[in-house]
Amino acid sequence: MAEEPGVNETILTVENTHTFIGHHHILQGLSFEAKADAVTVLIGRNGAGKSTALKTIIGLLPCSKGRILFANREIQKKRPYEIARLGIGFVPEDMGIFANLTVEENMRVAMLSENEETAKRLKRTLDMFPDLRNFWRAQAGILSGGQKQMLAIARAIVNDTALLLIDEPSKGLAPIIVEALIEAINQIKEHSVVVLVEQNFYMASAVGDHFYILDDGAVVHSGNMAELVDDDELKSRYLGI
Amino acid sequence: MSQTVFKRWTKELTIVGGIIIFMVPLLGMSGKTYLTLTIAGLAMGMLLFLVASGVSIIFGLMDVLNFAHGALFAWGAYVGFSVFKLLRNWVEAPSVLENFGVFFVAILAAMVAVALLGVILERVLVRRVYGNHLFQILITFGATIVLVELIRVVWGPNDEVMAVPLTFQGHWDIFDVIIQRYRLICIIIGIILYAVIQLILKKTKLGTIVRAGVENREMVQAMGHNIFLLFTGVFAAGAGLAALGGLAMSIFSLQVYPDMGSTYLLFAFIVVIIGGLGSVTGSLVGALIVGLSYNYVAYLIPWAAAGVNILIMILILLIRPTGLFPAGK
Repeated sequence: MAEEPGVNETILTVENTHTFIGHHHILQGLSFEAKADAVTVLIGRNGAGKSTALKTIIGLLPCSKGRILFANREIQKKRPYEIARLGIGFVPEDMGIFANLTVEENMRVAMLSENEETAKRLKRTLDMFPDLRNFWRAQAGILSGGQKQMLAIARAIVNDTALLLIDEPSKGLAPIIVEALIEAINQIKEHSVVVLVEQNFYMASAVGDHFYILDDGAVVHSGNMAELVDDDELKSRYLGI
Repeated sequence: MSQTVFKRWTKELTIVGGIIIFMVPLLGMSGKTYLTLTIAGLAMGMLLFLVASGVSIIFGLMDVLNFAHGALFAWGAYVGFSVFKLLRNWVEAPSVLENFGVFFVAILAAMVAVALLGVILERVLVRRVYGNHLFQILITFGATIVLVELIRVVWGPNDEVMAVPLTFQGHWDIFDVIIQRYRLICIIIGIILYAVIQLILKKTKLGTIVRAGVENREMVQAMGHNIFLLFTGVFAAGAGLAALGGLAMSIFSLQVYPDMGSTYLLFAFIVVIIGGLGSVTGSLVGALIVGLSYNYVAYLIPWAAAGVNILIMILILLIRPTGLFPAGK
């Protein structure tokens, strides 16, 4: 069971991390922190290394140099399943839905234990995303884009997830669905620390507490989200808005 | 309008079309001959299913092209051969109980022994070449040579006659339709095995995780499941299925020989290409198509028997390159 972090306690520390994909040096000394009771947003242009950062944290890409600490424990040498079992949930950019499985089966695969606590969390998750209840026995492949995103998030929070990594949840979704996701993430942050990769600045600013701007695989700016919202020059320089 | 109707009834039309195609041989033979050949074809199909399902699951989940499957098939046959030799009294006894008893002991011994061999193969060799098909082909081909030579060392280089339990011998003649006893047993084993595999895949959490792994291995890992342990288990299960196929086929063909796996491995690959890699139902349907068409064509146009399955495979690849069924089905 994941430990409850205290307020403002740093739950995730990424220190001078380097990651290669093939011969490409993607993360070039990335460092950032995610604090408890907050949503940390990684933003930046395409190819800046945001998705690679999340995949490196969950262990799907090897960290060639640097340290990643989760709850003061080094995790950069662990395998993805070991990292996930520590209480880290991951929602990839493509959502990673098992299209040939039903919604129920997708949830069952995600549930690492099936006890009373998990049942409670499942109920809470389904209350958050009622559409999933309606399509419980339907093949996940037939769900709409928004419903698939909800399923992907639901799978990641049905366990005792202390840290949730979400990669571009608003991508390709209608504004009304984005609003629903914002509401969902605001509910999730009551139980889990969230690290969000997001290109949609509206969503990023609506849920984020802290931000890190990435460029060429390293952080070039960071601070409180409220400051970034007001800093037009910074937004224009790094985000093109 | 017609396009919409066709789309809506695609599945049904395909099934009806398939049945009609398989009724065509009736034009060239009597109904009794057709029924006899159909039973022989179903039995052959079920035997091929035993071999092909392992290949399909291993490729579907692990993305591993296991060319050593044929050697594992041969090992299964030889372990069964040894059990039959050891318990010869049970094999030759005029008792249904003892005959089936020795058959099940042989199945258990072959599946357990070859599954263990599969675990060693996966841990020592295959694990090193995940994600590289060329290396997989080379390394499993090398493993085949070693495993076949080991058969020669342990059991000798010569062909051996496989004993057949007394109850399995002979046939029933029902209104001039010849039904070989052992063929019927093969059909029943195939049906039971398919049901068991489906039950495990569809109704257990482990099976659901395996099906999820067929679709997206990375995601299964990121959800906290040890995919490497799962890989070892699936490889062992695939090896066990190969062993069962080898044992069943050796009783069918009345012989065991060290190279026997290579012949049936070719059929197994044809079956999984037709049925769809990673699909157990696809393997069953593909195996039945291969078994039935081989038997009909062997009767009607003997020289074309070997080629008909290649022709079917090419047609399927042209129409539906991923095979008849999607992975995980």
